[in-house]
Amino acid sequence: MIKIRETDHMEYMDGMDKTDHQIMSRVLEKTNKYDPSVFKSEDVRNVMFQENIGINGLKVLLSPAAQPYLEDMAFRAKQETAKHFGNTVSMFTPLYIANYCENYCVYCGFNCSNKINRGKLSMSEIESEYRAIAETGLREILLLTGESKTASPVSYIADAVRLAKKYFSTIGIEVYPMNVDEYAAIKEAGADFVSVYQETYDPKRYEEVHLRGHKRVFPYRFNSQERAILGGMRGVSFGSLLGLGDFRKDAFSAGLHAYFIQQKYPWTEISFSLPRLRPFINNAGNNPNDVHETQLLQVMLAYRIFMPFAGITISTRERAGFRDNVVGLCATKISAGVKVGIGGHGNNEQKGDEQFEISDSRSVDEVRKSLIERGLQPVFTDYVRV
Amino acid sequence: MLLNGKEMHIDCEKSLSELLTDCGYQINTIAVLKNGEVVSKNEIYTLKVTDNDTIEVVSFVGGG
Amino acid sequence: MIDKLIIGGHEFNSRFILGSGKFSLEMTKKVLENSGAEMATIAVRRADSNSSDNIINYIPEGITLLPNTSGARTAEEALKIAMLARELGCGDFVKVEVIRDTKYLLPDNYETIKATELLAKQGFIVMPYMYPDLGAARALVDAGASAIMPLGAPIGSNKGLVTKDFISMIIEEIELPVIVDAGIGRPSQACEAMEMGCAAVMANTAIATAGDPATMASAFKAAIEAGRMAYLSGLGRVLNDRAEASSPLTGFLED
Repeated sequence: MIKIRETDHMEYMDGMDKTDHQIMSRVLEKTNKYDPSVFKSEDVRNVMFQENIGINGLKVLLSPAAQPYLEDMAFRAKQETAKHFGNTVSMFTPLYIANYCENYCVYCGFNCSNKINRGKLSMSEIESEYRAIAETGLREILLLTGESKTASPVSYIADAVRLAKKYFSTIGIEVYPMNVDEYAAIKEAGADFVSVYQETYDPKRYEEVHLRGHKRVFPYRFNSQERAILGGMRGVSFGSLLGLGDFRKDAFSAGLHAYFIQQKYPWTEISFSLPRLRPFINNAGNNPNDVHETQLLQVMLAYRIFMPFAGITISTRERAGFRDNVVGLCATKISAGVKVGIGGHGNNEQKGDEQFEISDSRSVDEVRKSLIERGLQPVFTDYVRV
Repeated sequence: MLLNGKEMHIDCEKSLSELLTDCGYQINTIAVLKNGEVVSKNEIYTLKVTDNDTIEVVSFVGGG
Repeated sequence: MIDKLIIGGHEFNSRFILGSGKFSLEMTKKVLENSGAEMATIAVRRADSNSSDNIINYIPEGITLLPNTSGARTAEEALKIAMLARELGCGDFVKVEVIRDTKYLLPDNYETIKATELLAKQGFIVMPYMYPDLGAARALVDAGASAIMPLGAPIGSNKGLVTKDFISMIIEEIELPVIVDAGIGRPSQACEAMEMGCAAVMANTAIATAGDPATMASAFKAAIEAGRMAYLSGLGRVLNDRAEASSPLTGFLED
């Protein structure tokens, strides 16, 4: 039996860097006041003709009133994507190097109470994974661990990053939130991009689903991007797990969060990733909070129109047919050749179980060919570290 | 000494306010730079001027 | 509706800032009355010893004086001019204007940022006149500015919002009041600036060179109010035709 709610989720734990809460308070305050149900068709039509839609425009485009205008939003989004990214699409692969986790997130397959096979790759195992991935032509990699600082300390991640430099030109991490000096150490080792997802921006819902571990601390997680930037990172990624809370409000918060960070640190590269909790199939009632493909696309299109310059990564959790159609329309980055277990690319036997099931298991080459068929230009490296 | 670019001489030690009143300025509508330093309102009455000083007297005019 | 312009904690009902240059003193008074302006810029110059006439006597009570630092070529000179203005007794507002170019009279953003920092540290409410560059605007915020005053067109040119796209970026990104200064030549241009979301408009030459400056001041007042109302009410959409995609872009959705 796990003891739950033993800590206040808004209080920092020992050893956590405390940054100011200006952006957090503004995001929470504005989200609190955001009622997606108040908007009308006329609001949507007005926003669609504004050059710079601003925060109010984001509210409108995420509202139910905008759903009938999906085709118009797609038209506009496609133009914006072409304007800022041409017909290029970046390709990358995530690599899970460890799945030890000290958090208890009720929705997650890695959570510490689940009896799954845990594992962690050694440096030589990691290198054989890198070699196998690099052979596919990919030059961008995203390193992931479960959230355990004890099992996968900063030094372990930094070593993996240093090793990755031999094979890849762009290295990102998606690990537990760190302090500024720790991000600086990872940056020094050779990574430039940090992804941390808030999952839900509703502090109450957040508390309900994050029962234990460092992740329980809402503000520490919230300020991760800011700490990463202060540590010297070049780009940060935002997102919520759509469907965990009110997805329209969560999508609004993540958009605002990115907006304020961009305003405060205008040199930072901003990107979004939009995983969703799939609605249960054959669910009798039609839950208005369900995130079907239609709603997921609405959020992606709204982000594209709100922040035309931001990167949007399309998750491997979605089926190939969806992914192929959103790249070039609003998404700018697609993963390929994904294995979500620990290891499995190289000669290593898989050492740990998967976090979730993927829906698009196509190889790098298959995805590449499919992009070319659609008139898009797959890009393996668009970034040189100087 | 120089007063607004014009050379002039003073015979005896005077306070700034005395000099400027003698020259026809209305003290309440001007501000003064003495040797490049801004003189505060009170100092106008206490600061002495000597024959080596450079004085600039300014006031408001129309401007955009 | 309560819609105040707030600069450095001071509230204004009018969003028109009038420049007092190039008018006869009598006309200054009339123009100010008609404009409804609650803030007027003035300059600091060498005083004339035998003139009893002072512009201050022609500025109606209750109007906030905004001395500029015109003539300054460096941040240090701007500081000195502002200190003199303060000694002249006009409060803490200052419009920083540092120009190192006698041909085009463009503000020097680099010196302007330095001047803003110096003046803000001295407790002034600093409103820098600048060339509309977003990076410089951000630096001005960090330097302690209380408003940002980008130029719409070369000073005195009456050409209007030549720099519109760049001013838009500043309005979008900077949270301080953005006041278009210089270049506005007609009431319609002042109105457009307000529709874009400018917090206020400053004009001088447009009125001073009008056939009937006093009536032109009234015209500007009305235009600025109209533009503000339009901004607050949210501009309606502009219909533009677009070709329909031959096949729908969202036809791939499965649920």
